[in-house]
Amino acid sequence: MPTSRPHTYRPDTPSHPPVSWPDYKSNVGRAPHKPFVLLPQRLGEITGPLLGEGRVGPNDNDLTLGHDGEPQGQRIIVSGRVLDGDGRPVAGTLLEVWQANAAGRYRHDADRHPAPLDPNFTGVGRIITDSDGRYSFTTIQPGAYPWRNHDNAWRPAHIHFSLFGTAFTQRLITQMYFEGDPLFAQDPIFNSVRDPKAREAMVAKFDLATTVPEWALGYQWDIVLRGKNPTPLEEEDDDE
Amino acid sequence: MSESQTTGLQLSGLQTTPSQTVGPFFRHGLEWEDGPYVVPEGTPGAFRIEGTVFDGAGLPVPDAVIETWQADPDGRFDHPDDPRGAVRWKDFRGFGRSATDPDGRYSVLTVKPGPLPVPGGGQEAPHLNVSVFCRGMLVRLVTRIYFPDEEEANTADPVLTSIDDPARQATLVAEIAESTPTETIPLGYRFDIHLQGEHETVFFDL
Repeated sequence: MPTSRPHTYRPDTPSHPPVSWPDYKSNVGRAPHKPFVLLPQRLGEITGPLLGEGRVGPNDNDLTLGHDGEPQGQRIIVSGRVLDGDGRPVAGTLLEVWQANAAGRYRHDADRHPAPLDPNFTGVGRIITDSDGRYSFTTIQPGAYPWRNHDNAWRPAHIHFSLFGTAFTQRLITQMYFEGDPLFAQDPIFNSVRDPKAREAMVAKFDLATTVPEWALGYQWDIVLRGKNPTPLEEEDDDE
Repeated sequence: MSESQTTGLQLSGLQTTPSQTVGPFFRHGLEWEDGPYVVPEGTPGAFRIEGTVFDGAGLPVPDAVIETWQADPDGRFDHPDDPRGAVRWKDFRGFGRSATDPDGRYSVLTVKPGPLPVPGGGQEAPHLNVSVFCRGMLVRLVTRIYFPDEEEANTADPVLTSIDDPARQATLVAEIAESTPTETIPLGYRFDIHLQGEHETVFFDL
C-alpha cells in the first residue's frame, strides 16, 4: 500500500546542555560515559502521549488559589506560546509547572533550606494550551535558594516546566528564568547551555501588556519544541 | 552527536528551548496518583515492570522519574501521526510515569505491546520506550525495555541488532520476575537502569 512516510523530527542537540557537565557536581556520578546509540525515529518515537483536559482541574492554572489564604510574595502572571520548530502552535498540550515559594523553599521533605514554608502555597500548576498554543498561569515570584554545589552557590529564581508536545521525540523538561537575575553568572545549571542564544531563550521577559493593573506583574515566555523534518516525498518510499 | 552536522539543519527553523534538570524537588509537580498505570488495575494479562535506578557508584537513585511509552498489544497507537490510523485499545493509556522511591525503585503496571512494522520491511520486537529524568542529569536519557520471552523477535529487531556487543544489548532486555505471594498485582519483569559504570544501560540518541 503506497503511503507517505511519517514525519520525523530534526536534530536539536546544539540547543541542549551536554550529557556530561561536571560543573554541576551531582552530574559526575550519574552522567553515562558510553556513547549513545542512534535510535531511528519510527512509530514509537513519532507518537507520544496526548495528555490534555483530563489532567487539569479548575484552579490548576492559578497557584495562588486552593488554600485558606493568599500566599506571601509578589503575584505574577506567566504567559506565552508553545510552538514547534517551524513556529506552528502546539495546541491542547499539557504543561506541568512547579516551583519554590517566595522565600525560596520547596514543599518537599528533602528541602533543608532554612526559609519558611508558606501554608498558602504548594507551588504546583497544570495548564493546557489553547488552539493558538497559548498558555497562561498566575503564581507568585519564586525566591532564589542556596544549594551545596560550590562555595556560596545560589540557584537563580526559576519555574520548572514539563511538556510533552505530540511525540516521544518532543518530550521536554526545562526551567524558566527571570530577566536580569544577578545569579546567572555563577549558576552551572543555567550555564550548562553553551549557546548564548539558547540560554537567552530560557529567560522570561517582563511585559507591561501582560501586567494586570493593581493586581500582578506579567512575564512572557515562549517555549519551542523540536521541529519536524520537511515532508518526505512519496517517490522516496522504499518499494516492497 | 556532531555539532557541525546539526547546526546547519537548525537554521531552517526555531531553536528548541534547552533542556534543564528536573532537579531534586519534582515530586509535588510530577507525581500523579495514576502515574504508574499504563492500564487500569484488573486489566486481564496486566503485569508490573519494576526496577532500580543505580548511579555510577552502584547506589540507588532516589530522585529519578521514569516514563514509559508503548504500543498496545496489537502494536497500535492512539495517535494521529501513526500512518496506519489511531486506534484506542480499552483503557490503555500507553504512557506510564513512576518516580523512584527512597530505594531507587520504580514500577509501572502494563500489558505487553505488540511488534511494530518497520517501513521498508521487518519488525521491531515488542518494547517500551523509556525516558529517565533525575537530579544531576541536564538532559533526558532515553532507553528501551525489551522482553526476555521474545527471543526470536529480539534477534530480528533492528535497534537491538544495531548494537554489536552482546553484553550491551543485554542491558535493554528485562528479566522475568516472580511475585511474592503477598503481592496482589503480578510482577512480570524486572528492568534495572544503570546510569553509569560497568553495567551502564544503553542510552539512545534520538
